[in-house]
Amino acid sequence: MELVQPGLGLIFWMTISFSILIFILAKFAWKPIMKGLKEREDSIDQALHAADKAREEMKQLQFSNEQLLKEAKEERDNILRDARHVKENIIEEARVKANEEAIRIIENAKESIQFEKLAAIHDMKNQLADLSIEIAEKILRQELSDKSKHNQLIERLLNEIKEN
Amino acid sequence: MIISTRSFRGMPKWIIALGLLVFIFVSAPAAEVEEEHAATHHEEEFNPGTMIVDHVVDAHEWHILTWGHTHVSVPLPVILYHDGNLDVFLSSKFHHGHETYHGYKLELEGENKGKIVVEATGEKPLDFSITKNVFAMFISMILISIIFISIGKRYSKRKNEAPKGLQSLLEPLIIFIRDDVAKASIGEKKYEKYLPFLLTLFFFIFFNNLLGLIPIFPGGANLTGNIAITGVMAVFTFIITTVSGNKNYWVHIVNTPGVPWWLKIPVPLMPIVELMGVFTKPFVLMVRLFANITAGHIIVLGFMSLIFIFGNMQPAIGYGVSVVSIAFAVFMSLLELLVAFIQAYVFTLLSALYFGMATEEHH
Repeated sequence: MELVQPGLGLIFWMTISFSILIFILAKFAWKPIMKGLKEREDSIDQALHAADKAREEMKQLQFSNEQLLKEAKEERDNILRDARHVKENIIEEARVKANEEAIRIIENAKESIQFEKLAAIHDMKNQLADLSIEIAEKILRQELSDKSKHNQLIERLLNEIKEN
Repeated sequence: MIISTRSFRGMPKWIIALGLLVFIFVSAPAAEVEEEHAATHHEEEFNPGTMIVDHVVDAHEWHILTWGHTHVSVPLPVILYHDGNLDVFLSSKFHHGHETYHGYKLELEGENKGKIVVEATGEKPLDFSITKNVFAMFISMILISIIFISIGKRYSKRKNEAPKGLQSLLEPLIIFIRDDVAKASIGEKKYEKYLPFLLTLFFFIFFNNLLGLIPIFPGGANLTGNIAITGVMAVFTFIITTVSGNKNYWVHIVNTPGVPWWLKIPVPLMPIVELMGVFTKPFVLMVRLFANITAGHIIVLGFMSLIFIFGNMQPAIGYGVSVVSIAFAVFMSLLELLVAFIQAYVFTLLSALYFGMATEEHH
């Protein structure tokens, strides 16, 4: 029976000391422990939050970096394209100019050739005339060396003029 | 005695403190060794029932061992109040019940076995003695205070750092009680008020359950298997529940919603049942812990008794049985480790549930 008969002394001491134990632990153990736990949980929460934020920012940064890179690439492509264009234009222009120059030179050449040719022809004509006169002179001189023949010529010439 | 302080270096302070404490407790009352006179002693028949009950009930001395006819025990202070007289003396004055002191004697037989009675009249004085259980309770409370106050300091010192050592061992339990017992049962808003009590309750029961499993001094007192101890804790729960009961709680008892009116008027059957429930809840708390822990102790002691019962018949059988008995006792002790936690948890959880019921808002 003693098992289920609570002892008075034990009840007395238990009530007093258990109350004191609750008080002491509440004040010196549970309070700092709960505070510490809460603080730590809060700081972990904050750290996780911050990490999330940082990751988000990183993503944003990466995104903008990519954007920047893309833009730069486009810019480069544009510049290259423009440069190629300009180059082609320059080449084209040069070619056109060269062509024109060539044509002009040929034309000039042709003209000068024509001119030279005409001059040459003219010259040749003059020389021919001179030569002809000279020849005629030489023939006349030969013909008139003989008196009869000279008279004959004068007569024929006179006849010819008379007939006219 | 020379103790090199160097050997203590590196040990946590609390372990040193605890060691000193135990040392003082053991040595201060000068663990009384007494040799019985062989002439007056006759070989007693081994009685398992007596042995078991002697081990699970309270006592006025802390018996450590008996070697032949030599008893080694720690005498404890006796505090008696009778007829306006307060008497304080050490229990060793009784010489294990063989002598009387100040007109009191320690009963060895019969109904009041192990109790102090007035020699002349056989009356029982009011006994406020520091008995084995009170002493064990003090030791456990000092132990718990040292452990948790040191942990509390650790939390203040190592702010926002990972738990270390003893702190990391007990933190999961503390968080378990906070989140899964207090918060879950009482609710996010009000749990903080009850948390100190619930944590103290849980660790007091848990530590004493474990200390009760250690068979040597300063463990081995069947504290949480004592109905006075469980009763006081249940009364604490009852008082806190009743004091914090809100209007909704009392309405629930007097005029339970969802119950047909003829169960309330003219015979207030339901209110009576509900009112009884208010008292049976803590009563069941008290009995459950007491019965579980005491039963565990009795079973382990029963297995041990088997060795001596068979040993008395024939020593060889005793040796043979001891193997089986010890195997079973070890198994039971392991089971008791589980029970130590479960019962502490159940007591705390139910207390928290009752607080939750008392503070639940009408919805």
